[in-house]
Amino acid sequence: MDSVKHLRFDVAIVGAGPAGIAAALTAADSGRNVGLIDDNPAAGGQIWRVAHDSARPSASSIWFDRLNKSAVQIVRGARVFHAAKGELAAESDDCAIQISYGKLILATGARELFLPFPGWTLPNVMGAGGLQALVKSGLDISGKRIVIAGTGPLLLAVAAYARKSGAKVIGICEQTTRSRMARFGLQMMLVPGKAAEALRFAYDLRGIPHWTDCWPVAAFGNRRVESVRISRRGQTSEIECDYLACGFHLILNVELPRMCGCRLRENFVQVDEYQQTSVAGIFCAGEPTGIGGLELALVEGEIAGYAATNWEDRAKHLFAKRARFRKVVRILQDAFPLRPELKNLARPDTLVCRCEDVPHERLCEHASWRAAKLHARCGMGPCQGRVCAPAVEFLFGWQIDAVRPPLFPVRCSSLAAIPSHSAPRI
Amino acid sequence: MNKPTEVVIVGAGIVGAACALELSTEGLRVLVIDESFASAGSTGAAMGHIVVMDDSEAQFAITRYSQILWDDLRDQLPAAVEFDPCGTLWVAADEEEMREVRRKFDYYRERGVNAEILDSQQVCDAEPHLRAPLAGGLRVPGDSVIYPPCAAEFLLQKARAQGARIIQGQPVAAIGKGAARLADGTVFAGGFIVNAAGQSAPKLSPGISIKPRKGHLVITDRYPNFLHHQVLELGYLKSAHSVIADSVAFNVQPRKTGQILIGSSRQYGAENSAVDESILARMLQRAFEYMPDLNSLSAIRVWTGFRPATLDKLPLIGPSPHDPSVLVAAGHEGRGITTSLATAKLICAQILGQRTAIPIQPYLPSRQMAAEAHV
Amino acid sequence: MSESVSVRVNGNLVAVRAGSTVAVAVLASGATCRASVTGQPRSPLCGMGTCFECRVAINGEPRRRSCQVLCEANMEIETDG
Repeated sequence: MDSVKHLRFDVAIVGAGPAGIAAALTAADSGRNVGLIDDNPAAGGQIWRVAHDSARPSASSIWFDRLNKSAVQIVRGARVFHAAKGELAAESDDCAIQISYGKLILATGARELFLPFPGWTLPNVMGAGGLQALVKSGLDISGKRIVIAGTGPLLLAVAAYARKSGAKVIGICEQTTRSRMARFGLQMMLVPGKAAEALRFAYDLRGIPHWTDCWPVAAFGNRRVESVRISRRGQTSEIECDYLACGFHLILNVELPRMCGCRLRENFVQVDEYQQTSVAGIFCAGEPTGIGGLELALVEGEIAGYAATNWEDRAKHLFAKRARFRKVVRILQDAFPLRPELKNLARPDTLVCRCEDVPHERLCEHASWRAAKLHARCGMGPCQGRVCAPAVEFLFGWQIDAVRPPLFPVRCSSLAAIPSHSAPRI
Repeated sequence: MNKPTEVVIVGAGIVGAACALELSTEGLRVLVIDESFASAGSTGAAMGHIVVMDDSEAQFAITRYSQILWDDLRDQLPAAVEFDPCGTLWVAADEEEMREVRRKFDYYRERGVNAEILDSQQVCDAEPHLRAPLAGGLRVPGDSVIYPPCAAEFLLQKARAQGARIIQGQPVAAIGKGAARLADGTVFAGGFIVNAAGQSAPKLSPGISIKPRKGHLVITDRYPNFLHHQVLELGYLKSAHSVIADSVAFNVQPRKTGQILIGSSRQYGAENSAVDESILARMLQRAFEYMPDLNSLSAIRVWTGFRPATLDKLPLIGPSPHDPSVLVAAGHEGRGITTSLATAKLICAQILGQRTAIPIQPYLPSRQMAAEAHV
Repeated sequence: MSESVSVRVNGNLVAVRAGSTVAVAVLASGATCRASVTGQPRSPLCGMGTCFECRVAINGEPRRRSCQVLCEANMEIETDG
């Protein structure tokens, strides 16, 4: 049986993206014992994922310097798979980890929404953030032809990054309407600091076609993607490419908040002005409380860190800043709603569940997520529905059922090591 | 012989589905009503082990009868049902359990059930991941494994093809005098009502006693060839017999997908379906004692289910003493998948006034009501 | 910093930039990570450890999510795609 590592923190933070890092720093200011837990090999989450061979972007380096100088204990490569009152169970590659905490801050971030369309399972069809993550992890895309599709501001960031990495970005296919995109641009200019960012994007993306009312209809290729057919204002055309980077904005990682008993509203974690959830002593910061981007995640994290260490006045000082960046949540919600045509991309034989190879037509035989799971195996694979459940919710309107442990597949030995409510604390 | 124009079956789990098929095969017009989707209850959580049990004559009779019926059906079962004739391997940890192995062997052999005693070496050859040394075991090759939700669906589809109607998502509020009334007031009248409502059966037939026995299961990622039989410890029987204490027993099953299903636990009186971490840990630790290599397998999902249990551990199959138009087909505890087909035969025979293939007395609901003795 | 690390993917030597993940080494070798349950070739989708499409065997240990593992010298990587 695995060895079990026991860790104890006054404040435990799950997720070492910007929100988690910010929370860790303000919590550590109090002198309390702070732990920052993340399943990736290095801190940074998605937006601050370290590129293998470059210095960190200056925006984040300040935060990382502070983090490295602080007394925060970073627990890397640890997947949290269970939560009970005051305890988390996690697993790393070599042991099970039991974490006891006084206060908990959940900064679990978001992942991309993938929608199925013919050919989406071909190798080299990836998420938009997925491609960026792989490039940051060392993938060489210089000279490669890339089509970026889907929706949301991530497409622009990925396009800019891909270009800087030497790829030929053939075009960006954004499913939202031209007017919504224009309004998004104008509104973002009014958010502090965003005007400069917008201008930088415009410069970085100069010459790259950006098509609105445009979405992928099918990907083609033999063993890997070779071309994508796109639809744009009623016309289809085919573009040859080496990679199709396609993501339809973000899905929140609310599985752990749900397991902790935090109340959700429309898939967002409800928090009060101190970022405290409906469960006393559990806080939440960043995308799971409302998708609002980097600056909002940072300030929410800071507030949560202060609030979790009873420094409410310091938290209060940040409320105005948070309010300014909160506007981004609304701007994003209005700018990128998914259009109904996206529900019709999947053909009967298009796979919806990739882990178990379940096609769309099999799901049509059922009326609920649970029925589809039991009868067609949709969501029964190792991703536990992380890829297919949000797509299924969009396509069929089915609510996903309650979360159960383990939140990630874990070794049976780790599952057996979960501390129980009735077990005496050693 | 008068054939009723309609039988209403409440519950589209494996028992209801089997009854629907049997009754429609006999030419009866059948309507199945389920409060949710088919197999949403115990059938959806079940392990799907088709096994001949020897803990009583009545248990043997019905499990053996039903196992033969499953074997007769096997060639018709589609791939989704995942029928696997892998057999059961009962393992003995010590000499006392080996005596039990010999007793079981004799019992089965006397009744024509193929079984084979394995010694310490043979049991490890049969299942290389078992820890050595074990005292030995008993292999029962005629036992098999299926995937219950798809098995129930197959039975329902066949019933549909024979004219049966199925209504899902409609709770039945009351049954009696040959009619079933939905929560919304709609009444379906027929000659007979079959109460195959599992856990909810007592609500519809007051006077029967069925209590939930909560179980946990863990399913792993795909490890083809890790396991060849459904493997159980002989202590399983002790666990199944306890009516009060929480218990765990080593019970693992290979699935056609290559996944391993790990069980089992029994809790009496636990009515909430949340995973109970401490009994889950106990269950897994018990499994590791027999099969240490399970330790490092990746567990994808954990779920709970409720076995509908009666006090004497035998199912209720037969008419309600208060209302001869209502036949109860419920309370199968952990044997529902195995005994579903036999249950259907017994129910059908009773409706048609025919002789039953096995004695019906041990399963009659009147035995519970007689014990209650209150009317 | 342009150090490189050498690993073996299906027996073939592949050199990747230091700090690269195993997923990148697999892609660089021209292989796909895994075969789906119906035999389709699959490679990483999400890049962040949630889709499980990037699973490969690393030094004999099967089913590791390669996008979450950094390449180390002389690693043996086997795909089934």
